[in-house]
Amino acid sequence: MKKFERCHGLVVPLDRANVDTDAIIPKQFLKSIKRSGFGQNLFDEWRFLDHGEPGMDASQRQINPDFILNQARYQGAQILVARDNFGCGSSREHAPWALQDYGFVAIIAPSFADIFFNNCFKIGLLPIVLEAAVVDKLIQDTIATNGYRLLIDLAAQTVTAASNDVYPFEIDPFRKHCLLNGLDEIGLTLQHADKIRQFEENRRQQQPWLFT
Amino acid sequence: MKSKKQAIISKMKTLYDKLWEDHVVHTESSDPDGMVILYIDRHLVHEVTSPQAFEGLKMAGRRPWRSSSVLAVADHNVPTTDRSLGISDPVSRLQVETLDRNCEELAITEFKMNDKRQGIVHVIGPEQGATLPGMTVVCGDSHTSTHGAFACLAFGIGTSEVEHVLATQCLLTKKSKAMRVEVDGVLLPGVTAKDIALAVIGAIGTAGGTGYAIEFSGSAIRALSMEGRMTLCNMAIEAGARAGMIGVDEVTIDYLKNRPFSPKGADWDRAVAYWRTLNSDPGAVFARTVELDASQIRPQVTWGTSPEMVTAIDGRVPDPAQCADPVKRKDIEHALDYMGLLPDMPIEDIHIDKVFIGSCTNSRIEDLREAAQVVKGRHVAPNVKLALVVPGSGLVKAMAEQEGLDKIFLEAGFEWREPGCSMCLAMNDDRLMPGERCASTSNRNFEGRQGPGGRTHLVSPAMAAAAAVSGHFVDVRAFPRQ
Repeated sequence: MKKFERCHGLVVPLDRANVDTDAIIPKQFLKSIKRSGFGQNLFDEWRFLDHGEPGMDASQRQINPDFILNQARYQGAQILVARDNFGCGSSREHAPWALQDYGFVAIIAPSFADIFFNNCFKIGLLPIVLEAAVVDKLIQDTIATNGYRLLIDLAAQTVTAASNDVYPFEIDPFRKHCLLNGLDEIGLTLQHADKIRQFEENRRQQQPWLFT
Repeated sequence: MKSKKQAIISKMKTLYDKLWEDHVVHTESSDPDGMVILYIDRHLVHEVTSPQAFEGLKMAGRRPWRSSSVLAVADHNVPTTDRSLGISDPVSRLQVETLDRNCEELAITEFKMNDKRQGIVHVIGPEQGATLPGMTVVCGDSHTSTHGAFACLAFGIGTSEVEHVLATQCLLTKKSKAMRVEVDGVLLPGVTAKDIALAVIGAIGTAGGTGYAIEFSGSAIRALSMEGRMTLCNMAIEAGARAGMIGVDEVTIDYLKNRPFSPKGADWDRAVAYWRTLNSDPGAVFARTVELDASQIRPQVTWGTSPEMVTAIDGRVPDPAQCADPVKRKDIEHALDYMGLLPDMPIEDIHIDKVFIGSCTNSRIEDLREAAQVVKGRHVAPNVKLALVVPGSGLVKAMAEQEGLDKIFLEAGFEWREPGCSMCLAMNDDRLMPGERCASTSNRNFEGRQGPGGRTHLVSPAMAAAAAVSGHFVDVRAFPRQ
C-alpha cells in the first residue's frame, strides 16, 4: 500500500452530492483484469463527450470543456472536495484505483459511502470527513482563488488552508498507523495466524456444518 | 452504580451484536469499537472484482486459507442470449476465463457458464444453501447485503479485501452501529418487498444508513417470503447501510431444508437449534429506530438518478423550485434534466421504451410469478421496444419453465433469457441506448447505470409488468389479475 504522510496539493471542487461509483468509473472499464490504468477513464461520462470504451486512445477523445476536471486551472489537482455521500453505490475498488491513478491523494467530503471509504484506506488514498459548512467554504474558496491549495498533515490530523485556518479531522488510529507506514494488512493479519487457526478449530467443533 | 434494569438492558443483544461477537478473532486496540480481525465463513466470488485479488495472492506467494469456503460464479459479463458460441466480447471473455482458470488452479468450486446452477451470485448462494444463518458472508459486490435475510452478517468488500479474505479467512474491520427498521401492519395487495425497500430509502435517504447495520423487523417483515426478505436486505446498501438482516423464524428454516449445502441429519437438528437463537433479544438497544406502517406503503417508482428520488405511483415528479435546500434543489434540477422529465408531471404520464425484469434484487421465482400474473393474457404495449425477463439462476429458469411462466412472457411479447446480471448494470450486451427510458426491477438508477445516457425507473416486478403492457407507469393495484 502507498504511504501517506502529508500533501500540499492543488484542490478541485466537485460540487455534487451522492457522486456514485458508476460515475467515478463506468462499468465498461471494470472488464479489465489489471489494477492500473483506470485514471484515464475517471468520471468518463462527465469528462468526455464521446462514449468511452476500453482500449480507446485518450488523446483522440472528445473532451467536455464544461466539466470541472478539464479546466486548465485544475490540472494537476491532488485533492478532490465533494459533497455528501461521496462514493455511494457499488463496492468496485476500481473507483479509488481510478481516483488514485488520475493523481488524487485525498478526497474531502462531509460524508462517504461506507464501502468506498473502506476501500480508500486499503490503497493509501485518504478520505477526509469535514463538516458540511467547512466543505462548503472550501468549495467556495477554491472556486474564488486560482491555484487554491490545502496542506494535509496525517500525523497531526489537520487540513490547513492558505489563510492558516486549520481544520482537524478524525481517523481510526489503526488505519492511521497503516497509512503512515504503508503497511501490508494481509501481512499484519497473518501475524495472528495461530489465533485464527485456533478460532477456526473451535468453530469447526461447534458448527461442523460450516466446514463441509 | 448501574441500576438492575440498566444491567439487564446491557446484556440484551441485537442480532448484529450476536453475529459480530461470534466472529471476532482478535481485537487490534483497547477501543471496543476499534479494528478487529473478523472471521469469514463464506466467501462468494465473481469475475469482475476478483482477478486482481487472485493476482495479488499469487504475486505474494500466498495460497487461499480455506478454498472450501469459496463459491465462485461468473454473472456480470455473461451473455443472456444463446451461449453455445461463448462470449463474443473478447474483454468480457478474458475476464470470465480468468475466473475459470483461477478457480481450477486453487481448487475453488465454481458454477461455470453452462452449468444449470449458474446465476447471479446473490441468487445462487441462498438457493444452494451456501448461505446459512449465523455465517459471516462476504463478496466483492455491494449487494452481498442480500444474504442478511438469513440472519447472516453479510456485506460487500473491495478487491483488496477479497485478497485479504482469500489469504487469511478474515477481514480487518470495525463494528457499525445497529439500526432497526420496524415495519408493522399488512401490505396492500400489489405492494411488495421492493416497495418497502424503496419506501425505506425514500424515508431515510441513500446516506440514512451510513455507519449502520440495519435489522428489519415487525409483522410486515415476518409475513414476507425468503424471496421478499432477500429483496429488502439487498437494497439495504442503497440506504447506505453496511448490511441488512432479518432474524430467523420458521420461514427461514423451511427455505433451507434439503438445499445442497444445508446441513443434513443430526447436524441439521443441531444447526436449527442454534439458528433459533439468532434474533435480537427483547429490549436490545438500537442506536436508531425507524418505524413504517405497512398499510400506508403504495407502489413506488423512482423519478431521479438516486434511489432516494422516489415517490408513489399516484405521486408527481417534484418541482425543484419548491425545494428550500440549495444543494438538494440543484440535485433535483440535475436529475430532471438527465431523466428528461418536467417538474410536477404525474408519474403515470411517464412513458417507457424498455422493461427489465431481473437482477439480484428481483429475479427469483416469486418475482417472476408476480410479473407473470400481471402479464398473463395481455401484450407488451406498441411503444415498448424491448421487454426482458432474465431469471436469477438456471434453477430459477427451470422452475419457471416447469410452471409455464416462460410461455406467458413469450406470448405477451417479452424475451426470455439466460441467467445473469444483464441490464442491471449493462456490462454485457443488454443495455439502454442514450435517452431510452426503462422500467426496471433492479436496484440502481444512477446516470448511465443501464447504459450511457439511459434513464432508469426502479419498480417492483409487478409494476414493471404493468408498465410493460400499458406503455407507461400505472398503479398495479388497479390491474385485474388473470
